[in-house]
Amino acid sequence: MTIQVSKGTTARLNIWDLLSRFREVGIIVFILILGAVVTLRAPSFLSVNNFRDILMNISILAIVALGQTIVILTKGIDLSVSSMIGLVAMMVAFVMKQYPETPVFLIVLLGMALGTIAGSFNSIIITFGKVPPIIATLGTLSVYRGLVFFYSQGTWINSYELPRSIKMLSKGQLLGPPNLILIALFIAIIVYLFLKFTRTGRNIYAVGSNVEAAEYAGIRPQRIKFLVYLISGLLSGIGAVLWVSRFESAQTNTALGFELQTVTAAVIGGVSISGGVGTVTGVVLGAILLGIIQNALTLVRISPFWQLAAQGLLILVAVVLDKVIYTRVARN
Amino acid sequence: MIKTILRLEDISKRFSGVEVLHDVCFDLRPGEVHALLGENGAGKSTLVKVITGYHQPDHGKIYLDGELVEFIDTRDSRQAGIAAIYQELSLFPDLDVAENIFVGRHPLNYGMKVDWRKLYIEAQELLDSLGVKIDLKQKARHLSIAQQQIVEIARAFSINARILIMDEPTSSLTLNEVAELFSLVRNLRESGTAIIFISHRLEELFEIADRVTVLRDGYYIDTCNMQETSRDDLLRKMVGRTISDQYPKVEAKKGDVFLQVEHLTSDGLFTDISFELRAGEILGMAGLVGAGRTNVAESIFGIRPAGSGKISIEGKEVTISSPHQAINLGLAYVPEDRQQHGLIPKMQITPNISLPKLEEFAKYNWILNKKERKFAYSAALQMEVRARSIWQLARELSGGNQQKVVLAKWLSTHPRILILDEPTRGIDVGTKAAVHKLMSDLAAEGLAILMISSELPEILGMSDRIIVMREGHVTAHFSRTEATQEKIIAAATQNVRTGTLQ
Repeated sequence: MTIQVSKGTTARLNIWDLLSRFREVGIIVFILILGAVVTLRAPSFLSVNNFRDILMNISILAIVALGQTIVILTKGIDLSVSSMIGLVAMMVAFVMKQYPETPVFLIVLLGMALGTIAGSFNSIIITFGKVPPIIATLGTLSVYRGLVFFYSQGTWINSYELPRSIKMLSKGQLLGPPNLILIALFIAIIVYLFLKFTRTGRNIYAVGSNVEAAEYAGIRPQRIKFLVYLISGLLSGIGAVLWVSRFESAQTNTALGFELQTVTAAVIGGVSISGGVGTVTGVVLGAILLGIIQNALTLVRISPFWQLAAQGLLILVAVVLDKVIYTRVARN
Repeated sequence: MIKTILRLEDISKRFSGVEVLHDVCFDLRPGEVHALLGENGAGKSTLVKVITGYHQPDHGKIYLDGELVEFIDTRDSRQAGIAAIYQELSLFPDLDVAENIFVGRHPLNYGMKVDWRKLYIEAQELLDSLGVKIDLKQKARHLSIAQQQIVEIARAFSINARILIMDEPTSSLTLNEVAELFSLVRNLRESGTAIIFISHRLEELFEIADRVTVLRDGYYIDTCNMQETSRDDLLRKMVGRTISDQYPKVEAKKGDVFLQVEHLTSDGLFTDISFELRAGEILGMAGLVGAGRTNVAESIFGIRPAGSGKISIEGKEVTISSPHQAINLGLAYVPEDRQQHGLIPKMQITPNISLPKLEEFAKYNWILNKKERKFAYSAALQMEVRARSIWQLARELSGGNQQKVVLAKWLSTHPRILILDEPTRGIDVGTKAAVHKLMSDLAAEGLAILMISSELPEILGMSDRIIVMREGHVTAHFSRTEATQEKIIAAATQNVRTGTLQ
């Protein structure tokens, strides 16, 4: 007996198999169709400038959505990302206002550290307190947002109070394209390598698909769960610094509602809410698709009120499609 | 002619090609307790599920009151007056007794509002007619198991059940509770209810049953009056087969004691378990389903550590509080439930195999793909896994091939002590033989193997020594030469509480 690769079986792979295996292909096809339709109505869609705008708009989303993805892979969810961004943004903005001479890399490190600390509270509540992730992070979503008000006393930090150095972090063009896009790309590559080629990444998938079997195989699921909320906090911290840099302000409502966008990007990108399934490429494409839709709706002059509805519709389509594909594959 | 309420003729049922019932006949009379007897896997549960319409027979006829019937689902059979009470009780813990009895069929005022007064009156009448006393306003979660059973029986009778099926109703009851249950069963019998009673405790059957039907390996063996039979006679009918030397067990040289378990106790699961396991030895652990064998294995492997007792590995006392520790100490555990505990179904074969010892295929945290792939390929090849490639998803494999992947996965950890829990359950004959061959080879290489199995031929064919568990206790030790099917069944069904062998 051998491990046989028979041609017959490969030939039997049908469209449903392909869709389930290569979710990314489906998203790309969808993006192309959408792009074609929009270009017909608004030819300016197909310009380098417009593409740069789209990518600038989704860079922070992609970074934080990748953290969200790592959490969802373990069957969890982190609803507190938006408030972590709000809190960290406010704190680093205050530091920069007070000490405008601080080197930018120190600010980035500070943002990472603060984000990780915020994430660690989620980790502790979920792993030691045994609170379901959706409840735990729903709690910290409010707590952290409350802390933003407490910390800022309701005031904002405006553009003129921030040093030029931080603004250039995202807008500078060290290597051609805006730094923000390159930073997002860099982080996406790191997360990709982490999930695909490290033991920890492998264990995250294992815990998410079958926590019991993972434990029987010697993985310590609580450690993995602790880690993923730390990572989500870390990436939210980076997102916060970039947010301040790009929007040149820190407000009490910074990133309000952003958590749902990160979940949307992940789910559209093929990350399964039931854990264990999802890729970095998919999530990045999911974020790009969201960006294109926002951009397209503006270009073809559809009211921004529709944007939310369009996002919602997209998430439903993605989830239903997943279900359909899964049952088709299971039946075959 | 004696009146028959339910008659099954030549019932056959196959699951994915394996026939689990072969032309089984069965008849039930009103006012009798008819016991259904057989080893694990003899087909009792399947037969019950055919009667209740959960499964449809592939072949054969069911007559109810002399009329041919076909049950499409369990609702169908319930409407015909057949009720079943399973080992796992299905009450709603937060509803009270009366509500549980009438759940889904509350009496209504004007077809709208629940008539609570009527509900409690009717519930009380029902319990009175059964001759039992339970507080109707008590929440189900506060009831003892025996009381919960009674509520289930009351529920069955609130829909006018004429045939009551009880699957192992006494397995978790105390002696007093069993007596209470039996007096209720006798009342029901008096009133003309026909009862199908499944139990592994032979002595109980002599106490309560009128007739008994014995099944073995899915075949109908015999039906007889309880008064005209004996315990030995029934045991012989249950076992009734001879073991050929289809088991490739070779004598291996026994080495040092690798694993020693002393007085291991976990409240409510098992008590005072002691045994030792030597290098090169296969220790068979026999017993009925639910005897606590898996619990013992899980506690040794650190999944649910025992409350008290001592575990020593190669003479050194150890505490194992997680599988992670167990693996590092050289243990491996092939679990009973391979879908739930053995495999990551959404992952491919390769990562499944490398999972427990991933550090061996990695430098620091970085997985060395080539090394991992090479190993997985050779492991899969050695185990003769049949798959499209080593990148096929584990869930797409057949049961036998999944088990081979699980075995490959655990052998990749180079264990010294291997615990196999029902290693051949639900897999095809060919794979089964391969697994047995592998076990024999591994023992010859010096591994210490603890094999839990509910299949007596496997236990007898593969083990050097055998221990038998019953209700959380070790009830017998046998050497390979002294063990027989009859002795093991006797030890597995012997009454622990009274210590008597009837």
